Amino acid sequence: MSMQVILAQALLGLNVGVFYAMLSLGLAVIFGLLNIINFAHGAMYMLGAFIALIGYSFLEQWFGISVQIGFWASLILVPLLVGLLGVTIERLLLRRLYDLDHIYGLLLTFGITLILQGLFSNYFNVSGTPYPGQPESLSGVVDLGFMYFPTYRLFAIVFSLVVCFATWFFIEHTKLGSRLRAGVENPDLTQAFGLNVPLMITLTFAFGAGLAGLAGVLAAPIYSVSPLMGADLIIVVFAVVVIGGMGSIMGAILSGLALGLVEGLTKVFYPPAASTVIFFLMVLVLLFRPAGLFGKEK
Amino acid sequence: MTNRILFIIMLVAGLTAPLYAYPVFVMDLLCFALFACAFNLLLGYAGLLSFGHAAFFGGAAYITGYVTKEWGFTPLLGVLAGAGFALVIGTVFGFLAIRRQGIYFAMVTLALAQIIYFLALQMPFTGGENGLQGIPRGHLFGLIDLNNSLAMYYFVFAIFLIGFGIIYRTINSPFGEVLQAIRENESRALSLGYDVDHFKLLAFVISATLAGLAGATKAIIFQFAALTNAHWQTSGEVILMTLVGGLGTVFGPVLGAITVGALSHELSAFGSWVQVILGTIFVVCVMVFRRGIIGEIQRLASRKQG
Repeated sequence: MSMQVILAQALLGLNVGVFYAMLSLGLAVIFGLLNIINFAHGAMYMLGAFIALIGYSFLEQWFGISVQIGFWASLILVPLLVGLLGVTIERLLLRRLYDLDHIYGLLLTFGITLILQGLFSNYFNVSGTPYPGQPESLSGVVDLGFMYFPTYRLFAIVFSLVVCFATWFFIEHTKLGSRLRAGVENPDLTQAFGLNVPLMITLTFAFGAGLAGLAGVLAAPIYSVSPLMGADLIIVVFAVVVIGGMGSIMGAILSGLALGLVEGLTKVFYPPAASTVIFFLMVLVLLFRPAGLFGKEK
Repeated sequence: MTNRILFIIMLVAGLTAPLYAYPVFVMDLLCFALFACAFNLLLGYAGLLSFGHAAFFGGAAYITGYVTKEWGFTPLLGVLAGAGFALVIGTVFGFLAIRRQGIYFAMVTLALAQIIYFLALQMPFTGGENGLQGIPRGHLFGLIDLNNSLAMYYFVFAIFLIGFGIIYRTINSPFGEVLQAIRENESRALSLGYDVDHFKLLAFVISATLAGLAGATKAIIFQFAALTNAHWQTSGEVILMTLVGGLGTVFGPVLGAITVGALSHELSAFGSWVQVILGTIFVVCVMVFRRGIIGEIQRLASRKQG
């Protein structure tokens, strides 16, 4: 086994890892304030990829609008649209469930997942449609010294890392972020101090949804866009979240990256286990550190 | 009292069903009804949301299929082997999952079930995406030919009744009372001296085993262990059935399984729209219809009395 193969798979693993990180980050942010697990997170990732695809390839064919929305525009526009869907879901539906057992939030978002997945399965092939909109400037490969790596993938890694760490910085080190953390710590008291907690909750959910949408746009040129792309991913991300524990933002990011790396390396050493290795790691964590690597024991 | 009437209705309907309905369809419904009842024992009575019950349902089907096809097990032994497999993995999964609570419990069970799904996809004997095909129905006790659809039907109905009976007994026992106490207030049950984890694990294992029994029976009926039965969407479907019929009611899951099963059957011509419709029902149930059909009827009945 050459070092080069290992490094190459590690880098590809990191590529998957940044998606895990972005999605588990979104789940953790939402969980912190709303105490619910957003099952539809995977569907929102898929939705992000599909909006980018439709904006690029199908606007004229379907709606008769002769506009093509390019990759860079999608990168800004799609998270806003998915975030808007998040606002709608939170305001219309989730808000009415806060007083109930948290499992109802999970069940509601599961239903939403089925709806979104079913809708797109009607119009698109389950095996996937390629996204042709990868920008010219990001095509080709870069010479990293030890290997040639696709420029776009490198861009996706760097861009996602920047987004993740910007989110971390925003929550942990800005004034607005400190208000958010106060809301997580004690919503009633925070509200008593005059902060609009319900608005914070809505925006937080929208932000998490937008993050999932953004990950979807980034994923579109790499993987083919398919109605099932989110569902397959979100269950792994759940395991990532159980492993990392949802107590810390940095924990969610780091465990996402690390587990992507582990998955990539498993592909080198024992390929059949690549799709299950994260679940087995979750079993180990449950046995020896049930609260998760970064979680706090209750 | 109402339970007794409902039970008699169910018994009569079950016994006479082959007269007016297609037996294979009713058998399918019975499997899902038992599956939903088993699931309801866990969520409705112990308050534990498992998102991985498809692993027991689908996993047991593969084991039953394998032992009857390759080792020549009789159908009854095959079904028991499937349920036994569900018991074993149920014990392991339960042991792991009860280490976390609430929403984490759901995520852990979902992730664990995914291991079974990938095994079913990758193991050499499972037939990958095609599933395990050509499972023989065989002869019950070496005498009754189960290829006869009426014989098969009453065999399935008997299994359903046994499973239903076990669940009914469990709910209406001191053990069931403790489970409900844990559901209502876990710390209080703990402070009363109950070994909460022990009770939760036992409930999980019973539920998993009976879910496995349902899946194993399904494999014999269709002579086929399907990969979709182990998929997370099946775990979602059983939640929906229980929710529609009435969470924490004895007959709710049966009615829910019939409703959802009949609906999916009627709508099967619409392809992926079925998923959209089921998702919409899910949302509606969670938002405004959390008691389910039986739950709403009970509420109306008690209001009339009071």
